[in-house]
Amino acid sequence: MRADTALGLRMPRGRAPRRVVRVLLCVLVLAIFLLPFWTLVMTALSGATMQSGEVALLPRQPTFANVTDAWHFGVARGLLNSLIVVAVGLTLQVSVSALAAYSLARKRFRGASLVLLVLLATMMMPEEIIAIPLYLVLGKIPQPITGGTLIDSYGGLILPLVGWALPIYVLTGFMRTIPDELEEAARIDGAGDFGIFLRVIVPLCRPALATCAVFGFLMIWDQYLLPLLVAQSKNTYTLTLVVTSLQSSQELSQGVRLAAALILLVPSVIVYLLLQRFFERGLLSGSLKG
Amino acid sequence: MATLVAAPEAAAPAPVRRTRRRRRHWRQGFVPWLFLAPALAFFGVFKFWPTVWGIWLSVFRVRPYLGNQWVGFANYRHAFKDTLLHTAVWHTVLDAFVTVAVSAFVGFFLALLLEGPSRTLRLVRTAVFLPVVTAMVAVAELWGVLLFPARYGAVNSLIGHLGLGPEPFLNSPHSALWSVMLIQIWKSAPYDMVIFVAGLAGIDRQLYEACSIDGANAWHRLRYVTLPALRPITTIVITLGIIRGLRVFTEIYVLTNGGPAGATETVTTFGYKQATTGNDTGYATAISTMLLAATVVLTALVLWWRRRREDA
Repeated sequence: MRADTALGLRMPRGRAPRRVVRVLLCVLVLAIFLLPFWTLVMTALSGATMQSGEVALLPRQPTFANVTDAWHFGVARGLLNSLIVVAVGLTLQVSVSALAAYSLARKRFRGASLVLLVLLATMMMPEEIIAIPLYLVLGKIPQPITGGTLIDSYGGLILPLVGWALPIYVLTGFMRTIPDELEEAARIDGAGDFGIFLRVIVPLCRPALATCAVFGFLMIWDQYLLPLLVAQSKNTYTLTLVVTSLQSSQELSQGVRLAAALILLVPSVIVYLLLQRFFERGLLSGSLKG
Repeated sequence: MATLVAAPEAAAPAPVRRTRRRRRHWRQGFVPWLFLAPALAFFGVFKFWPTVWGIWLSVFRVRPYLGNQWVGFANYRHAFKDTLLHTAVWHTVLDAFVTVAVSAFVGFFLALLLEGPSRTLRLVRTAVFLPVVTAMVAVAELWGVLLFPARYGAVNSLIGHLGLGPEPFLNSPHSALWSVMLIQIWKSAPYDMVIFVAGLAGIDRQLYEACSIDGANAWHRLRYVTLPALRPITTIVITLGIIRGLRVFTEIYVLTNGGPAGATETVTTFGYKQATTGNDTGYATAISTMLLAATVVLTALVLWWRRRREDA
């Protein structure tokens, strides 16, 4: 028997008792990691009145009533706000990172390695640590659209998320692997720096850009502390804030709260399932080279 | 670049070419910074300014409208005497170490179980990975319901079949922190699994073949081939995990808000309360500054330790 895996386990041709044990273990693992999601969906779609803490394994009186209730209790606005934040924030984050990575990966200039080091150092500088002074900074920056400061505005929810070290790291690494000849050829054809960046480098970086987009999406979608500090009226509440604010309102049933949580988790699950291969690639480059 | 500066003497029609070269030289030095400018602006305003300001504020008593009052290291002295903060530090360290160690352990066994190229296994791995990509707020909301303290709560009725419980989980000071850890492990073990699966895939198959020729059993193979090969990844997973674990905020804030009776208070939730309800921003920034210092020192230690190991 050829040993393919660490334990020599092989799904199709292993000996029968071993195989049974392995399948049973897989089922158990799946139950632990998927059953919670299953009960979430089933309870959210149940119309029967249930006690707090009671969950359903199969929908009791299946209905979308909880979802529509949640929708009317702020989830609609929260979803809209979160989508705006993620759309604008992700576009800015990826563009700014790509521009910086182009400079760091393909230009030689004094201070390049220092800049890279300083930017990457922020990876180890958690947002939670700078949250309070960041709030004070946002309170000092005026924003022109409605007057006032960045507090309680889309700008305050979006702009602090634009500078992120991970996409710069991923894109710099990727751009270094692009052969110089391609850039030289474009330069001979009369392309300027920005033209080369836009027409040569960016198209070649598509897989790395997809990786950054998945990570950026999940990072922005997951934000909680920043909106908690910045959003002060229901008009700027993101979906994460709406979900936790439903928790504290006593008149809403648990089914409605779980429906809101369901709406919060569906977009990230979809993004992950669609762009899974880009996600795993980034996960490994980010953690193995750490 | 050095050649560009040294060359012009040789050129005959000097003035024109020299200015051209100088302009090109200037442009070459300028263009990289132009591309970097947006990133530097965003990092400067939203990362470095708050960091520096936070450190600055930590030596003041921050009073809105009255002007800040210089207090020197009083905030730090207060922190060293504040037993509530000490408890929060202990919770944070305990939480970081336990969740990271158990996650790595569970992730390793998941990787051993689910390693392999077959379609079914890939599908199972994808399913198991879902907690990682789910927003922490949704995870907290979901588990807050599943861990309901009554006998008919989901997890309680499950362990009731085994003759255990009912456990109060998040509702008792004795079990709240452990319950939070359980949820964190559920969310982070699959992440470690993916990294270990990649590590396992990178092990030279010939080593396994050699093992089977030598007549080694599965345990020997695991002990003498797999574990040594995974050691570098394991140290990275664990050290980075602990450093990241020190900043735990969202799950605590949503699940227990530090309670019951302060049993799950961590450094970040404690600092957040000092700044908001406690109205003591100076103290909060002193706590953040110390957490930042701890993070920097730990990271530097890890980097130094890894470099020393690589040299050896």
